[in-house]
Amino acid sequence: MISKDTVKEIKILALHIRMETMKAIGNLGFGHIGGALSITDTIAALYGGAMKYDPKNPQWEQRDWLVCSKGHAGPAIYSALALKGFFPVEELLTLNKPGTNLPSHCDRNLTKGIDMTTGSLGQGASLAVGVALGHKLDGRDNFTYLILGDGEIQEGQVWEAVLFAAQKKLDHLITFVDYNKKQLDGYTKDINDVGDIKSKFEAFGWHGQEIDGSNVIEIIEAIENAKQHKDKPSVIVLHTIKGKGWAFAEQELFNHHMNISRDQMEEALTVLSAELEGLVKE
Amino acid sequence: MSTKLAQERITEAKEMRNVYCETLIELAAGNKNIVSLDADLMNSMGMVKFAHHYPERTFDVGIQEANMIGVAAGLSATGKIPFAHSFGPFATRRCFDQLFLSCGYARLNVRIIGSDPGVTAAFNGGTHMPFEDMGIVRNIPNVTILEPVDSTQLRDLLKQTENLYGVFYLRLLRKSAVKIYEDGSTFTIGKGVTLKEGKDVTLVASGIMVDDALKAAEELETKGISVRVVNIFTLKPIDRNLIIQCAEETGAIVTVENHNIINALGSAVAEVVVENMPVPMERVGVNDLFGEVGPQNYLKQRFGLTVENIVTKVNKVLSRKK
Repeated sequence: MISKDTVKEIKILALHIRMETMKAIGNLGFGHIGGALSITDTIAALYGGAMKYDPKNPQWEQRDWLVCSKGHAGPAIYSALALKGFFPVEELLTLNKPGTNLPSHCDRNLTKGIDMTTGSLGQGASLAVGVALGHKLDGRDNFTYLILGDGEIQEGQVWEAVLFAAQKKLDHLITFVDYNKKQLDGYTKDINDVGDIKSKFEAFGWHGQEIDGSNVIEIIEAIENAKQHKDKPSVIVLHTIKGKGWAFAEQELFNHHMNISRDQMEEALTVLSAELEGLVKE
Repeated sequence: MSTKLAQERITEAKEMRNVYCETLIELAAGNKNIVSLDADLMNSMGMVKFAHHYPERTFDVGIQEANMIGVAAGLSATGKIPFAHSFGPFATRRCFDQLFLSCGYARLNVRIIGSDPGVTAAFNGGTHMPFEDMGIVRNIPNVTILEPVDSTQLRDLLKQTENLYGVFYLRLLRKSAVKIYEDGSTFTIGKGVTLKEGKDVTLVASGIMVDDALKAAEELETKGISVRVVNIFTLKPIDRNLIIQCAEETGAIVTVENHNIINALGSAVAEVVVENMPVPMERVGVNDLFGEVGPQNYLKQRFGLTVENIVTKVNKVLSRKK
């Protein structure tokens, strides 16, 4: 049973991540806002307790690994890392600036706490399988978390990796699919429908769960459940809202990469601050 | 580097794939991090013996090369030293983005083995015949590209990669090679080997074409032409100093390779020559063509990978030199 305090802490972390992500992308004036905001609650759950890590020792051998295969969600993860002390929060405003350690897409060689370089969709799936396999080979019990986009699973490489992960019984590999229903060119169902994702993974030999990806309690419970499951890798299909937390973006169809004006940023931050204030008072 | 030429250039008794397998078994015995991956070609590669010795360190992913490269990169992130094999075209052309990003851009530590170089794919035909593999891989920054010429060189290079870090592409003949080096010879990655001295022209050769280059040199010597022969087994980083020295001292260069003349040895040597010591150059290799099916000897004729063609190109380059 998850304590109310834990849930509240994670919700607060999620709001902070949204605010910092809005600031970083808003400061630049453009960025991959939609997919960063849709996965934020899961990132908050991971960095808010589900995942083992040490901000003072990012390479800690016993840490759990996170491979964000939809590498464009980097800004949300950078916010979580900064808020948890991997690097100063002020550094978030260097996003995509010349010489930054915080590029658009995740880079293991630049950012403290980023375990894998991603950006070309589909590749993170195989990388995560390799990481999970390496841990298993050495008899370590580190978990490997993989985040896939819903549009991303149109890539054939994902299904190569999914097939092989089941073959190797990688029960310490937990995969999230951010099912926000949209990809760059529009609705996934109109472009190349990914349909019933959970059933597809189950057909490939995985343990599947399907939850509200904006509901922190459901996310935490699903992760706990996945950890208990033996002999099969686990998928958690997250029904999410692309652009979640910034009303304007939520309503836009083409919100994969957006321009953000100063006013829009300020407006969004005002709403998020009010929400945060209400939550803290609860 | 301590090299000695073989007294007699004869076809080796042991196939290159068996030397590869034995050497990996030897390395794996002393290093628990060494792992082997394949995409349903372990039997063709003669790696079944490795799998028997180290079943837990053998990963046959089935027919999925892109995933194999990604899994290899992921394994290396946890400290493993993966050796991943497929036929040359499938280990490079089919999964170039995975090689480029998951391995190269991510600065991971992976050895890719592409077998059946060029015409040695013979009866598997054009679909399996890589004339472009090294040319493709050469685009990855900091990659090391090796094409061992015989079992002595293969063994030595494989052992050296154990303690190096980065992305390596090893272009590997599976069948028996012609013995070029005496047992016990050792090599330095990035340094070419002068197999024969000469002052009129230099033949720069790699892979199965080294033996043909030496034969051509011997034939030309009978006509009074003094031919230097150099084996470049590291395509990248290429031995600039040796190439410049050959250009300076012999004044003409002919490259000889079992690959498209675009993007591999011929191109790499030309880049060094034109920037440093422009001298007449000719290239022997596949002249921008697709592969086709047939016995290796037929294919060598078909694509001009012959002693006769090397001699013709040497005469041509010498006429330009005057």
